[in-house]
Amino acid sequence: MKRFIPLREAILSAAILFLTLLVASRFPGFVAPANLANVFNDTAPLIILALGQMVVILTRCIDLSVAANLALTGMVVAMINVAIPGLPIPIILTIAVLMGAFMGAINGILVWKLSIPPIVVTLGTMTIFRGIIFLISDGKWVNSHEMSPAFTGFPRTVLLGLPALSWIAILTVVAFGIMMARTQFGRSIFAVGGNPHAAVYTGINVGKTQFWAFVVSGALAGLTGYLWVARYAVAYVDIAGGFELEVVAACVIGGISIAGGIGTVGGAVLGAIFLGVVKNALPVVDISPFWQLAISGSAILIAVAFNARSGRNKGRVILKSAEATQ
Amino acid sequence: MTDATTARNIPDRMNSRAVRIFKSWEALLLAVAITIFVVNSFASPYFLDAWNLSDATFNFTEKAMIAFAMALLIIAGEIDLSVASIIALASTAMGLAMQHGAGTPELVTIGLIVGLLCGAFNGFFVTVLGLPSIVVTIGTMSLFRGISYIILGDDSFRGYPSSFAWFGQGYIYWVFTVEMLFFVIIAVAYAVLLHKTNFGRAVYAIGNNPTGAMFSGIRVQRIKFILFLLTGLMSGIAAICLTSRLGSTRPSIASGMELEVVTMVVLGGVNILGGSGTIPGVVIAAFVMGLVTFGLGLLNVPGLVMSIFIGLLLIGVIALPRLWTMAAERRKE
Repeated sequence: MKRFIPLREAILSAAILFLTLLVASRFPGFVAPANLANVFNDTAPLIILALGQMVVILTRCIDLSVAANLALTGMVVAMINVAIPGLPIPIILTIAVLMGAFMGAINGILVWKLSIPPIVVTLGTMTIFRGIIFLISDGKWVNSHEMSPAFTGFPRTVLLGLPALSWIAILTVVAFGIMMARTQFGRSIFAVGGNPHAAVYTGINVGKTQFWAFVVSGALAGLTGYLWVARYAVAYVDIAGGFELEVVAACVIGGISIAGGIGTVGGAVLGAIFLGVVKNALPVVDISPFWQLAISGSAILIAVAFNARSGRNKGRVILKSAEATQ
Repeated sequence: MTDATTARNIPDRMNSRAVRIFKSWEALLLAVAITIFVVNSFASPYFLDAWNLSDATFNFTEKAMIAFAMALLIIAGEIDLSVASIIALASTAMGLAMQHGAGTPELVTIGLIVGLLCGAFNGFFVTVLGLPSIVVTIGTMSLFRGISYIILGDDSFRGYPSSFAWFGQGYIYWVFTVEMLFFVIIAVAYAVLLHKTNFGRAVYAIGNNPTGAMFSGIRVQRIKFILFLLTGLMSGIAAICLTSRLGSTRPSIASGMELEVVTMVVLGGVNILGGSGTIPGVVIAAFVMGLVTFGLGLLNVPGLVMSIFIGLLLIGVIALPRLWTMAAERRKE
């Protein structure tokens, strides 16, 4: 049994369940299927981004530019929609994904070819992307009445009882589950993060793998950029401001080790759902939404402290000196 | 790889002191600063005005105070991304105290204590629990500012006592502000601490090789803890200056400042991976960033566009030397 449900995921699931039941004990409406579907739909962007971030963190990097990437792509597709309202949705989706991937590739190239620390690269590109939104939009908003109904309607299109946004999140989860477990790329990501030196000797190009991790994260951020702008029907400079922290929080809570190499798709998804449930439960139990930031901050600290504890008694360090020199 | 090549080419004499200074990062940075100064004074007729220049120093004095402590922290191989949030929390605490009738001395004490406590909080997680500083401070970055949001919501504190305005709006003599005085004192203090004391040598040792430092008898964790305390304290001082200058507190105060502080430190030639860097470098970097933002401001460039320059500066100062050495190596082959 222990093999099938890793301990961390079990604890996290229990925490989510406990939290949901706690809210439900006072407000039974919270666990109505329709409301739970709503909560999931609301968390969908976070789930998608957390999966991209997971791949990056697994390779010992971090991508702080996802929210800025999201906002820039969202602004660009919104402006394209205003300019050419008849453009079909599949083309817009393709543009969003490619644009996001391109911005991810910029991060990746700087990390791979110039070996600049990822935190510096993505802190820099984060501000550059936000600045570019201001440049191209002149600080103006793109409002819902300027967007075409097809553009804003797509994430809401209901298929088999769930909106398209939720389905995209589910598809991403399935795709990542297969990618991480069954493909060469997925395995090499774990190898690079687990032990870069050993990865080199097995013929894996560490820098290149990190590059592709950034491209994947960027592509998902681009995709989410369109979905975000279409769902909220507005695009401006500051959309999703500070969202990158929530994404990192989801990963850390989901047990993805910031030192790389350890983490699961299930963990990232549960981490995102945990934050989503908290966010949606706060207004129900009448706590000011201003608590959200402090709660996700504390959750990061608790999760990372907890992960360090549980990671420590895993296995035995045989060569302590060799371990320390790395 | 580099070890092998350096072992074969042992120089028969070291460069003279003058050559070393001339070739240093600081000299290059100083040249950049002077160029920017000259270009700016041609680009705008309002640049070369004592009062304008004095105003321009507010662009960097508060950030530079934190940058000095951050430089030591980064040299020791750690980082603190929560500094801007410490400012928010310290400022909120001062605002609360002010509402309960605290005078200027109490406000200053509270600002410093909150800064120290936040630093101790970060330091505890990093040194006692042994967690990576980048995750811890991303967490406390949300937590500290989150507490400010819980207390303030979308409200703000205003109405600080008039004597409190001295820190951010006062002048010592002619165009020289109180903040400039703080900046100079803190810069000198940190330069002495890093370059002239055992503590400073230990900071370099830890950054270059933590295990080696431990085996040579340096109390690695204690020194790291002190560095987090210092960063917290400096954020507290910056919070006092900023709150006093703005005369109000919002939970969004100083948001994004951590990025500018890190940029300043990296621009000053501190290795982001730890082990090297100087305080004079950070001082010049502070001037460069102040001059750039002031010059662009005079040319009516909006703040968000300026942030593009800051971002490019951050990546550029690390990328260009690496591109340079890569090109040089290729030429040798």
